[in-house]
Amino acid sequence: MSPTVYVPNDSVALALGADALAAALQLHALRRGSPLRLVRNSSRGLYSHEPLLEVDTPAGRVGYARVSAEQVPALFDADFLHGGAHPSCIGLVERLDWLQRQERLTFARAGLTDPLCLDDYARHGGWAGLLRALELGPAATVEEIAQSGLRGRGGAAFPAGIKWRTVAAQTAAPKYVVCNADEGDSGTYADRMAIEGDPYQLIEGMAIAAYAVGASSGYVYLRSEYPHAIATFKQALERARAAGWLGARVAGSSFAFDIELRVGAGAYICGEESSLLESLEGKRGLVRARPPLPAVRGLFGQPTLVHNVISLATVPVIVARGAAFYANYGAGRSRGTLPIQLAGNLRTPGLVEKAFGVSLRELIEDFGGGTASGRPVKAVQIGGPLGAYLSAAELDLPLDYETLAQHQAMVGHGGIVVFDDRADMAALARYAMHFTAIESCGKCTPCRIGAVRGRELIERMQHAPAQAAERAAELEALCDLMEHASLCALGGMTPYPVRSAIRLFPADFGLPRPNPAKESAHVE
Amino acid sequence: MWSELRRLKADTDYGTPPRDGAPVALEIDGVAVTVPAGSSVLLAATEAGSQVPKLCACDTLEPFGSCRVCLVEIEGKRGYPASCTTPVEAGMVVRTATPRLQALRRGVLELYLSDFPADEIAGGWSEFHQTLEQVGVRSHPYGHNGASHAGAPVDQSNPYFLFDPAKCIVCSRCVRACEEIQGTFALALQGRGFDTQVVAGQNQPFFESDCVSCGACVQSCPSQALVEKSLFDGANDHATATAT
Amino acid sequence: MPLPLQPERSVVTVCAYCGVGCALEAQTRAGRIVRMLPWKEGKSNHGHSCVKGRFAYNYYNDPDRVRTPLIRDSIDEPWREASWDEAIAFAAAGLRGVQQRHGVRSIGAVSSSRCTNEEIYLTQKLARAVFGNNNIDNCARICHSPTQFGLSATIGAGAASQHFDSILQADVILVVGANPTEGHPVFGSLLKRRVRQGATLLVIDPRRTETVSSPHCQATVHLALRPGTNVLVLNSVAHVIVTEGLYREAFVRERCEWPEFERWQALVSDPRYAPEVAGPEAGLDPEAIRTLARRYAAGPNSAIYYGLGVTEHSQGSTGVMCLGNLALACGMLGREGVGVNPLRGQGNVQGGSCLGSWPHVYSGYRFVSDPEVRASFEAGWGVALDPEPGLRLPNMFDAAVGGDFRGMFIMGEDPVQSDPNQNHVIAAMRNMEFVVLQDLYRNETSKYAHVLLPGSSALEKDGTFTNAERRVSRVRQVVPPLAGLQDWEVVVRLMNAMGYATQYRDAGEVLLELASLTPAYSGLSFELLERVGSAQWPVDAKAPEGTEVLHLERFPRANGLGTFMLTGYVPTTERSSERYPLLLTTGRILTQYNAGTQTRRSANSQWHPEDVLEISAADAIARGIRDGEQVQVSSRFGSTQLKAVYSQRVNPGVVYTTFHHAESRVNALTSDRSDWATNCPEYKVTAVEVLRVAAPAGVSAASTQASEVLA
Repeated sequence: MSPTVYVPNDSVALALGADALAAALQLHALRRGSPLRLVRNSSRGLYSHEPLLEVDTPAGRVGYARVSAEQVPALFDADFLHGGAHPSCIGLVERLDWLQRQERLTFARAGLTDPLCLDDYARHGGWAGLLRALELGPAATVEEIAQSGLRGRGGAAFPAGIKWRTVAAQTAAPKYVVCNADEGDSGTYADRMAIEGDPYQLIEGMAIAAYAVGASSGYVYLRSEYPHAIATFKQALERARAAGWLGARVAGSSFAFDIELRVGAGAYICGEESSLLESLEGKRGLVRARPPLPAVRGLFGQPTLVHNVISLATVPVIVARGAAFYANYGAGRSRGTLPIQLAGNLRTPGLVEKAFGVSLRELIEDFGGGTASGRPVKAVQIGGPLGAYLSAAELDLPLDYETLAQHQAMVGHGGIVVFDDRADMAALARYAMHFTAIESCGKCTPCRIGAVRGRELIERMQHAPAQAAERAAELEALCDLMEHASLCALGGMTPYPVRSAIRLFPADFGLPRPNPAKESAHVE
Repeated sequence: MWSELRRLKADTDYGTPPRDGAPVALEIDGVAVTVPAGSSVLLAATEAGSQVPKLCACDTLEPFGSCRVCLVEIEGKRGYPASCTTPVEAGMVVRTATPRLQALRRGVLELYLSDFPADEIAGGWSEFHQTLEQVGVRSHPYGHNGASHAGAPVDQSNPYFLFDPAKCIVCSRCVRACEEIQGTFALALQGRGFDTQVVAGQNQPFFESDCVSCGACVQSCPSQALVEKSLFDGANDHATATAT
Repeated sequence: MPLPLQPERSVVTVCAYCGVGCALEAQTRAGRIVRMLPWKEGKSNHGHSCVKGRFAYNYYNDPDRVRTPLIRDSIDEPWREASWDEAIAFAAAGLRGVQQRHGVRSIGAVSSSRCTNEEIYLTQKLARAVFGNNNIDNCARICHSPTQFGLSATIGAGAASQHFDSILQADVILVVGANPTEGHPVFGSLLKRRVRQGATLLVIDPRRTETVSSPHCQATVHLALRPGTNVLVLNSVAHVIVTEGLYREAFVRERCEWPEFERWQALVSDPRYAPEVAGPEAGLDPEAIRTLARRYAAGPNSAIYYGLGVTEHSQGSTGVMCLGNLALACGMLGREGVGVNPLRGQGNVQGGSCLGSWPHVYSGYRFVSDPEVRASFEAGWGVALDPEPGLRLPNMFDAAVGGDFRGMFIMGEDPVQSDPNQNHVIAAMRNMEFVVLQDLYRNETSKYAHVLLPGSSALEKDGTFTNAERRVSRVRQVVPPLAGLQDWEVVVRLMNAMGYATQYRDAGEVLLELASLTPAYSGLSFELLERVGSAQWPVDAKAPEGTEVLHLERFPRANGLGTFMLTGYVPTTERSSERYPLLLTTGRILTQYNAGTQTRRSANSQWHPEDVLEISAADAIARGIRDGEQVQVSSRFGSTQLKAVYSQRVNPGVVYTTFHHAESRVNALTSDRSDWATNCPEYKVTAVEVLRVAAPAGVSAASTQASEVLA
């Protein structure tokens, strides 16, 4: 039996030369008469170590980190096929602290399987949730989700159970399940990893959801900037269909369900659920007014369950292991685990799945390894480009929805970007307005015009710091307007990074430090 | 449906189309009012005598909710919902003119004003000008060097009306009028964010597009970005003297 | 850009163009009209309008307006200006002179469907009470006279059964021979709105018009039948309905004459009307006919809207009867969302029909030969009246050529441009001794007139119009008449000059008089219209504010029941031949209005500067004709030149053009065929040949000249 060698085909690994590595391995295996069985697996999510080459040994999988094609001859010389020593060797991957300390429920299979291998999926607990759902029946399945405490992982954090109950209660037909895979926040990649690395899990999650709420078709709206995810998911759909997990008789039952993949076209706003639905319908991605809610009148005017990738990808484990199992993780009203995406100026960024309640310090210093530059942390932005900044003084806060909200911050989709002391917070605040300006759908005035004016105000603060205080007052009034008068969260949340940057780092704006009494009175 | 169309009044704009439905009783600014189910809060407010400022709403078109001027406060609901896209509910208690709402409205109108030709404010009589007057906005704090649509070329291709994009407030009433009332679908919004613009056909001059020159867009435009050429001095001249 | 100027005054009136009759606010500044704004409370248009009514109003002060009366002794002399008194006296003397020389019945009148109800009433009164004959006709002769005949025969009333808004309750909309998106645009928009809401659209029309297919509005079935096969196809539809048992027996038994239904059922059951036989003959897929029939019959609410594509045929009245028969058989009358609705074209052609501008009936469609009715008019007018029906307009021309008819008073019409068989009309006009024309401008007909009296546009007078939904609305004066007199005032002066003493304080008094003599209008008055805005006739004691939907309980026939007319198909004799292998059909375009009198004097001509001939690429290529080339179009009656344009909207074998520009002389081509019952001309079917102007060797254009032109 040839030794099995794993080279990930996740986008990050590919960007770091995984394909060349794989080719080199096969070439040299042939030359040396040293056969090997090459598996392109999903990524472990430890991106600082990619391409992470792993080898099956009797003791377990041994890893070799940051391997390039050029190192292949040396690896063969070092007998890596039997776990031989080499400077890149990191020992048994499963024993890495970085992985052992995680609580991977959604990403349980990350790195273990060939994403498109149905056998691999089944052997690692795949389809158990769907089969159990078919036994429980739709209503009980809805309740399982409700009891688990799962909240929307896209960022809105709305209790999934309430959405499922609402859609299930609608009598209009047909109903739809829509997966929001338009992961647009800079610094996030959990959705991409999940689709590239474990596509059948998402399929299973959507099938369970459709079964529970009475939907017969599903759509995955996947951003065009994820070509590998697109290619992988297309193949996954075909294979799942051929194997009977999608189609007229799902898993041999009388439940019919299929999924269509649709690709976005480069608009961040289409990650907002109502714009997404407009885009799916072939229209401009404009935000819809509410009411009605998509759960009542959504895609093509029909009841629609819209969920983020991670929410749906978590459904199988909840239904397979039970609500109580999932709810057992977490803190306060934030139950379960969150796949946190560490990015930016960190030594060991990557996918860290932990129960809610983990502290920011643990995430940034222990998992993240502190700043890559070695310089002190100045600011941390959580939840994407419209997330608030936290200062180094707030790193002991636990990560959960309510705690961050109390500190005028948010969890969002779980992306955490770290900045060191070279960060110019005025430039970052300007970037927030700029981001909104370029991604605005343009429907509502506070966002369409406000973001441009906000950018201009901050630029004027940067160029004429003598009048910074006046600009700051105007900027605050504008932030207030955008927060309360915008049609959707794009305009509504732009004030978060802007206000937090000014409040925490006034010097970067040429503003005096406010006295402590005033600072606490600033809370909205 | 036909009975709803017949409830339109020439001298009143209810903001959103009248509906047929069972009566719903609610309170607006302390005034009790009853309107058919499916009516918007804006329509109910108009019935109750509250003059809620608005720009993108018009009672011959389905509500759009983009201008953010008609915001109201509803007891028990968070935030400041747009009254045009909020259906009435029995027992609702609504306030349309609190200081908070006035401030938000002024903020929105200041933003509009910051991208409108400064020399076409004084003396204007369009719906936009009247709304500025109603809310008391005459200036804005954003300076005069910011991005704007000033200088955008005016489309004079149609013999009867012109389109001046510098005055367009992207309320989309023209696009909706061409869809819902005329049914020609000649107009669309193109581009995104601040660059959004109203275009005819495939971004063609109006005359070359599918536009059938029915004038519904001109009639619906609150800022006279679309306006009849005949309203300008020097128009309507024929060689011979006209009747007095 | 400078600021636009705000209008000062605003008057609500009715559009002067088509039969939708949009309510418009005419806004003026310093006495000039600066804008026409659709009026939101207008019940026919709800605040909408089209390019014509909204923008093309400047024809009213075009330099071409006739501003002083013009007279001349012979048509070969130039015009000379005259005062009103002089011109009226000249006209009166001229007309009376013809009568002295050739008899009381040697003169006649034509009223204008662009004039008010009051003016039409006075014009037919002029003919009857002053000329002393019944030689009075109106342009409905050439468009909807078959509607009068056909619908009266089946359901008792030749007018639309519903109001426009009724379409919003329709589940199935059947459009036959009409193109509402261009001919009745505001109604067309309402139709499209209903189709977007989910109603099914069915269209019978030789062309793939915009009504058939436009954004978000597609016909489920489009029968692109060969021109001239209306009755064949409608009988085939009926065949499906009776042989498949899709008719509503309960309705027919309760509200119709059952024996007549059975006779009709037997007729249409004949195998020759089976879709498998009739379809190929009409150029149609039999299955499409079946589908259309089933959808219409299934409803639940099916509404028919039809136009000149039904009436302007040699079997025009028969075609209308077919539609009446279908609606009765399927129970699609007597409530909202259904009905049979002729789309009357002109702004006030319905008024013309209602107010007796016909040679055979007085106002209210009551026969001149009926002694009781005649007596009431004699009493009302204080003069004895001729009991014999008079001449129809085509007959007037025939009689002019023949020598018996020698004088006319033509109000706001241009028969030389609008009527068919132009060479014949010109010959007739030349043969007349004295022609008085009252119009806004000189036109083709004024070339043959002896008196040209300045007309007044709808913007310059008070009165009422009746639109295609029987809605009577107030026409309000916006600016004073350019030449000083409203049209009705001119007619009154002419009456006086011809020896009939009469006067009215204002147009409102004329309305009261006509209301007293016309049962369906009996409750109308300016005061009522001020109060309610508009009212659909019948407006009477039973319905003091008007009647929206007709036939709720009974049909206005003697026994209150609807009946079925036998509608055997008789193909037109106007057939394509080897010499004239193509069939020409005609129609309208949105931006121009009929003869273009008003719209050609507006900027609308930028859209449609000439009439073009739409020809399929197959037919064009077979003749060596390139897209955009000038072609010679010839029929047995005449020939003309047009620009040819390749079109996918017409099937091979069919060509199409509009008739808005006098230079096109389209009516030089149209035939002398007409409806058997009403003489409505068969504009919609003319056999023609189309050749390149620079014809290839061997085929000379001259050889196709109409050598058979009737003198």
